[in-house]
Amino acid sequence: MTEQATVNPSNPVKKRSQLKAIWFRYRKNKLAMFGLALFLSLVLVAASSGLFLDYDTQVIEQRMRERLQPPSSEHWFGTDQYGRDVFARVVWGTRISLFVGVFTVTIALTVGTLFGALAGYYGGTVDNVLMRIMDIFLAMPGTILAVAIVGALGPGLVNVLLAMAIARIPQFARIVRSAIISIRGQEFIEAAKACGTRDGRIIMRHILPNAIGPIVVQVTLHMATTILGVAGLSFIGLGIEAPTPEWGSMLSEAKEWMRYHPYLMVFPGVAIILSVLSLNLIGDGLRDALDPRMKN
Amino acid sequence: MLRYVVKRLLLMIPVIVGISFILFVIMDLTPGDPARSLLGEYARQEDVDALREEWGLNDPFAVRYGRYLASAIRGDFGKSYRTNIPVVQEIISRYPATMKVATLAILFAMAIGIPVGIISAVKQYSLVDFGSMATALLFTSVPPFWLGLMLILIFSLMLRLLPSVGTDSWKSFIMPAAALAAAQMATMTRMTRSTMLEVIRQDYIRTAKAKGASQRYVVLKHALRNALLPVVTVVGIGFGNLLGGSLIIENVFGISGLGTLMVNAVKSKDSPMLIASVMFAALVGGLVNLAVDVLYTYIDPRVRSQYVKG
Amino acid sequence: MEERLLEIKDLHVEYVTDEARVFAVNGLDLTVNRGETVGLVGETGAGKTTTALSVMRLLPDLVGRITRGSIILDGIDITRATEADMRLIRGEAVSMIFQDPMTSLNPVMTIGEQIAEVLHLHEKYDTKEEVEHRVDEILRLVGLPPERKGEYPHQFSGGMKQRVVIAIALACEPKLLLADEPTTALDVTIQAQVLQMVRELKEKLNTAMLLITHDLGVVAQTCDRVGIMYAGEIVELGTAEQIFQKDERHHPYTVGLFGSIPDLTRKTRRLSPIEGLMPDPTDLPPGCRFHTRCPHRMPVCEVESPRPSYNGGHLIRCHIWDDRRCSQ
Repeated sequence: MTEQATVNPSNPVKKRSQLKAIWFRYRKNKLAMFGLALFLSLVLVAASSGLFLDYDTQVIEQRMRERLQPPSSEHWFGTDQYGRDVFARVVWGTRISLFVGVFTVTIALTVGTLFGALAGYYGGTVDNVLMRIMDIFLAMPGTILAVAIVGALGPGLVNVLLAMAIARIPQFARIVRSAIISIRGQEFIEAAKACGTRDGRIIMRHILPNAIGPIVVQVTLHMATTILGVAGLSFIGLGIEAPTPEWGSMLSEAKEWMRYHPYLMVFPGVAIILSVLSLNLIGDGLRDALDPRMKN
Repeated sequence: MLRYVVKRLLLMIPVIVGISFILFVIMDLTPGDPARSLLGEYARQEDVDALREEWGLNDPFAVRYGRYLASAIRGDFGKSYRTNIPVVQEIISRYPATMKVATLAILFAMAIGIPVGIISAVKQYSLVDFGSMATALLFTSVPPFWLGLMLILIFSLMLRLLPSVGTDSWKSFIMPAAALAAAQMATMTRMTRSTMLEVIRQDYIRTAKAKGASQRYVVLKHALRNALLPVVTVVGIGFGNLLGGSLIIENVFGISGLGTLMVNAVKSKDSPMLIASVMFAALVGGLVNLAVDVLYTYIDPRVRSQYVKG
Repeated sequence: MEERLLEIKDLHVEYVTDEARVFAVNGLDLTVNRGETVGLVGETGAGKTTTALSVMRLLPDLVGRITRGSIILDGIDITRATEADMRLIRGEAVSMIFQDPMTSLNPVMTIGEQIAEVLHLHEKYDTKEEVEHRVDEILRLVGLPPERKGEYPHQFSGGMKQRVVIAIALACEPKLLLADEPTTALDVTIQAQVLQMVRELKEKLNTAMLLITHDLGVVAQTCDRVGIMYAGEIVELGTAEQIFQKDERHHPYTVGLFGSIPDLTRKTRRLSPIEGLMPDPTDLPPGCRFHTRCPHRMPVCEVESPRPSYNGGHLIRCHIWDDRRCSQ
């Protein structure tokens, strides 16, 4: 195919038209669109669950007389060992998982971008020191680091979120750094420097917008792994604790009853899979849309 | 080459020391008193104080860390606060279980992931390709512990084929390894497929076809070796992670390996145990990484000549 | 002596992708006789490489396909041969030198292995020693020291790599060699050397060659006959003398091509490149494909495809030179 007519790439200077082109390519990817639709409906569920569910009476209140009922028209997903409606708890769990996913990644991204940008832009000693520290964090198994930090901060949703965020900072720092290094040397940065633009402004206005592609992809994929990670920690009792309807801790409780009430395990598990799947699909779709060369 | 390996090994030392420092700080910030938790809630205060004195917990942070480093250099990583057994001994006795699960998991993942990835690439857009890509996508989204529970439900509780907990026989390792392998397998399938697709389009593949080689020959003899580098990287990272011990899967299947050791150490504020086991996991990960880099030089002559020069 | 080795008749090749259908070759007729060198000249995108790949039947999988026509090589119709037959033909009866020597060699195999491979695939020799002996011989033939056969492609310069590629192509002494811009990726000084070597080897082995290029200088030095290609068609075909004869009849496109290279014997202020671009191969113009850029365009050119007219073996596909039209 060496002899195909080459189409002159239209100058992708305008940010908006570039976004449009990315959206155009993204839209054509059916799986990615499915992921986006799935994610948006999960967001909708999370946002609206507060309107039709009362946390105290419908999500955590125990009704021992109704315990361990299989799925029925009254309790779509059945009830758990304390008589709580599993459907209500799974729905409420969406709020928790999405909240944790979004905020963990936001914190890790902000701090990681700061470190990565400093290291990538200044290079030299700053880069060396910062990245060696990041290397130390990266050399530790991620889960145990989060577990140790939770141990120091104490349990609870916010602390788990912080621990997960800290454990992820080095990864974002590394991605941002390499994205910046690849842009730093380009001529328009030299031009901005020659014009006397301040470093902070060059980083914020010129470098980061151009590095945004790979970062956005990582954000979605990390949200997926964060949701998985938090569920895992809660499952072994080191994350978000009962009675909060976190999917992992629900599974931890359901484990005791799995022999005779396996449905208790199915629904929270499927909820985790769907939310993680939606984010993975979006991440993959974005990667392909941002870099059409990579699409196979 | 040897010089390079030695250099890399030396570079691991500051990382390991760094880990010990970070964990020392984190454990120092963790509330709770290990002496109290060992002796129990109703132990006499004098006994607790005596034990704190013996462990040197009353000294300032710098003194305690300095003392730790000094004895670590001599190879003494301390005794567990919880069991009073030297931590190194404890790690050595627990590690085989983790290593078996990790090795079995990576073998499962490679045995399925790489061939499926190759077939997917060669038969791009076929039913096989769609099927394996969908499965891979699903496997990256399934929590391993949930998969483990499902396996227990099916193979232990319903079919009664495999033991659900423990490490008594080789059968015990199948389910935990499978639960851990799923995600690795998915990554390998996707990575193998995408690099194979890239390699298959290269000019030298066309050259090989122009020589009169069959599709199968071209894929196995020319494409695979060129596609191996990224695949080996993925295998290496995955194996390194698995060898660090899985906290959650070990918990699900009641395996007392490195992961369980770490979790228990955090729970009982057993700093010597935690620091030593995390350092050990990092060391193993680093060694696997190094092994992968050395392996590169056997796969790709271009990498090899870089080392010869520098 | 005029025995036909390769005969391409009415070849049509398309590339079909999600976005578009590319008409790469549209009714191409071409013959190559034994031992002869035929040049195929045209701009990028004219369908030259596609033609050569069709002869090898190595068009990109799933995308490219021959939709009409036949390619007879030494009595066998390539378009109908089985894949197993093609494996025997490739490398043995016909081989190809690709454009870019930098990427045409497998980076993880030694050059010796890569040359020996084609001999193995066609079971040329029984013992390993014989194969190795032949590899040494071929390396010497292309001017490379046999001692370096244990080295990898990245240890060689571009010109040397192209020599390796040529060695692979000639290892089985094929009847036909397809050379796709064999010197374009090389430095000018190396270009001459490599070209000279190809010419000598061709003579020695009595190989026919289809030389694809957009360099008219190369054509003049090397080719017996020349075909000018435009938008997937041959618009003019003749002996090198006929094509390079200034006062002969020519296709306006050929005239344009010659106008776009500097002539040192005349004092011209500026070059006169052909105006406009190649037509979009997904949406070819009706009538004569060249009419959108032709300085001598007539109304008929926009509706009717010109028939070929012959003048002593010199083919031109243009309404201006269509004698039947003139006599009407």
